[in-house]
Amino acid sequence: MKRIYAREAYCLGCRLCEINCMVKHSRSKKIIKAFRKERDILQPSLQVENSGLLSFAVQCRHCDDAPCIDACITGAMHRDSKTGAVVCDESRCAGCWSCIMVCPAGAIRRGKERKVASKCDLCVAEKMPVCVANCPNEALVYEER
Amino acid sequence: MRKWLVQPEFDITRDQERCIQCQVCVRQCANDVHEYDDEDGVVCSENAGCVGCHRCATLCPTGAVKINQSKLDFRPNAYWTPSIIRNVYKQSEGGGILLSSMGNDRPFRNYWDMMVLNASQVTNPSIDPLREPMELTTYLGRKPDRIEVEKSGNGFSLKTKLAPQLHLEIPIMFSAMSYGSISLNAATALARAAMEMGTFANSGEGGLHWSLHPYAENMIVQVASGRFGVNAEYLNRSAAVEIKIGQGAKPGIGGHLPGEKVDASISETRMIPEGTDALSPAPHHDIYSIEDLRQLILALKEVTQNTKPVSVKIAAVHNVAAIASGCVHAGADIVAIDGFRGGTGAAPTMIRDNVGIPTELALAAVDERLRKEGIRNRASLVVAGGFRCSADIVKAIALGADAVYIATSALVAMGCHLCQKCYTGKCNWGIATQDPYLMKRLNPDVATRRLINLLRSWELEIKEMLGGMGVNAIESLRGNREHLRGVGLDQTELETLGIKPAGMGA
Repeated sequence: MKRIYAREAYCLGCRLCEINCMVKHSRSKKIIKAFRKERDILQPSLQVENSGLLSFAVQCRHCDDAPCIDACITGAMHRDSKTGAVVCDESRCAGCWSCIMVCPAGAIRRGKERKVASKCDLCVAEKMPVCVANCPNEALVYEER
Repeated sequence: MRKWLVQPEFDITRDQERCIQCQVCVRQCANDVHEYDDEDGVVCSENAGCVGCHRCATLCPTGAVKINQSKLDFRPNAYWTPSIIRNVYKQSEGGGILLSSMGNDRPFRNYWDMMVLNASQVTNPSIDPLREPMELTTYLGRKPDRIEVEKSGNGFSLKTKLAPQLHLEIPIMFSAMSYGSISLNAATALARAAMEMGTFANSGEGGLHWSLHPYAENMIVQVASGRFGVNAEYLNRSAAVEIKIGQGAKPGIGGHLPGEKVDASISETRMIPEGTDALSPAPHHDIYSIEDLRQLILALKEVTQNTKPVSVKIAAVHNVAAIASGCVHAGADIVAIDGFRGGTGAAPTMIRDNVGIPTELALAAVDERLRKEGIRNRASLVVAGGFRCSADIVKAIALGADAVYIATSALVAMGCHLCQKCYTGKCNWGIATQDPYLMKRLNPDVATRRLINLLRSWELEIKEMLGGMGVNAIESLRGNREHLRGVGLDQTELETLGIKPAGMGA
């Protein structure tokens, strides 16, 4: 399946991926309105990690053997049969954070608005995840490997 | 805070209605202009460091940041202009030579925009390049005085042995930019784009980094006064060799790559110790005459077993025609002429802005001189120095150029905003810097694609213009000044350019 890969050699650490992710997953979908009115509940599903000169965006790897799916006590964390993406059914999530504990990439976070797991959904409705589409230096790619 | 006489050149305005405090600008400015105030939760800006490179404004996701020229006007004075006054302030504070980068930015007359091209009407048909073949192929190198053919089988074959030639699919090459003056990512993008487009990039005087060796067939390697990275392998790992005598942005001046930029990789490529200044002397210390130049040309030809054309690059100065003629007599296969609009990574501002002559006039004078001497065929003419668009190139070819070198426009294609601060090494666009943090900003894949797009679009435009003139090969335009007319030029200028005024027919 297609996944998001970071090319750390070209990551500027500008964090536009985080910003675009937040806007995409906001209610208004409008950048200024989202940041003005929803700032407290906005949370990017990916995070730019940096240490010294190195930086790159980390998001859910949508692992083939996803430990979060195994660990989920309610079956909320599941694999979308159509896209292969690992997604969380928020209506079933109990907020036990088992997935957060087992995620090897540290890519799952506690939801800010509701007590549910929050993670990258690969923007499945879009042609390309917004973080990839908006990276100014193409440091994120969405491809089959 | 102590106040200085030098006031900021730019005003940064931040539309607080639009700013979302995302701090992209803070993270992108190498000059520390933007700062996030943790206590108040707002991003604020300090005008003083702003160089007007637009990095922040370009990446701002809401378009909240705007950069304007400072509104702090001096009393109007046509003689003591703001830039002159600022220069005096700067020098009286710092006490040194004023430095700048890129080409001459003064409002000297621009002859490209005062020349217009011809087009066919009624009596000769124009050609549609989308439907009919159009030839832009160009060969650079010495052409024989005459050719002899002999019968072979049913046809004929060439008896004359031709000198080595560079085969260009389009008459546009990338001018010399050394690894050191630009980042490796930028140099890589230029080499890749040249290979893809069937043209050539020029290594500049900084040697050829090992990672660029696969592109050697599309690289012209330079031998400049510093002789950085020059050895037999370097000379042979190329398509052609260029002797750099002068540079349009700083004729008569050598080069200086500061030691801070000479990291392990550059030190290896230039063959100099890490951290030492790379100083290119103003003259070649073994060239004090045309005869000396001839010796070097012959030496380079010998090293390369006469398989590669040797180019000589000179800056456009007052006696350019005689100098170019000397270069041809010395055995140059290609003469490259760099006009005063040509860029540089660093040059004294006074030199950049006051030394040298416009490329257009230099080209016309050199072509004329070589024709009069009957030696025009002995060398190809490549012109450089501020080609901004395909029309400039078509006009140059009509004036007599065989091909052109572009560099500033290539940098602009990669993101350069002409802030003229290359010499600081803090290029926010990752082009003219060796700072590993800033270098990452230029993804060579993106830059290569942009360069190819630029060349492709210029190629199409050149074909359209040729078609409009009713010619189907760039050869038919080369040196054909009948296709040019001058608008608003005086008699002397028209004579120097060798063109007729608009309105005068054939």
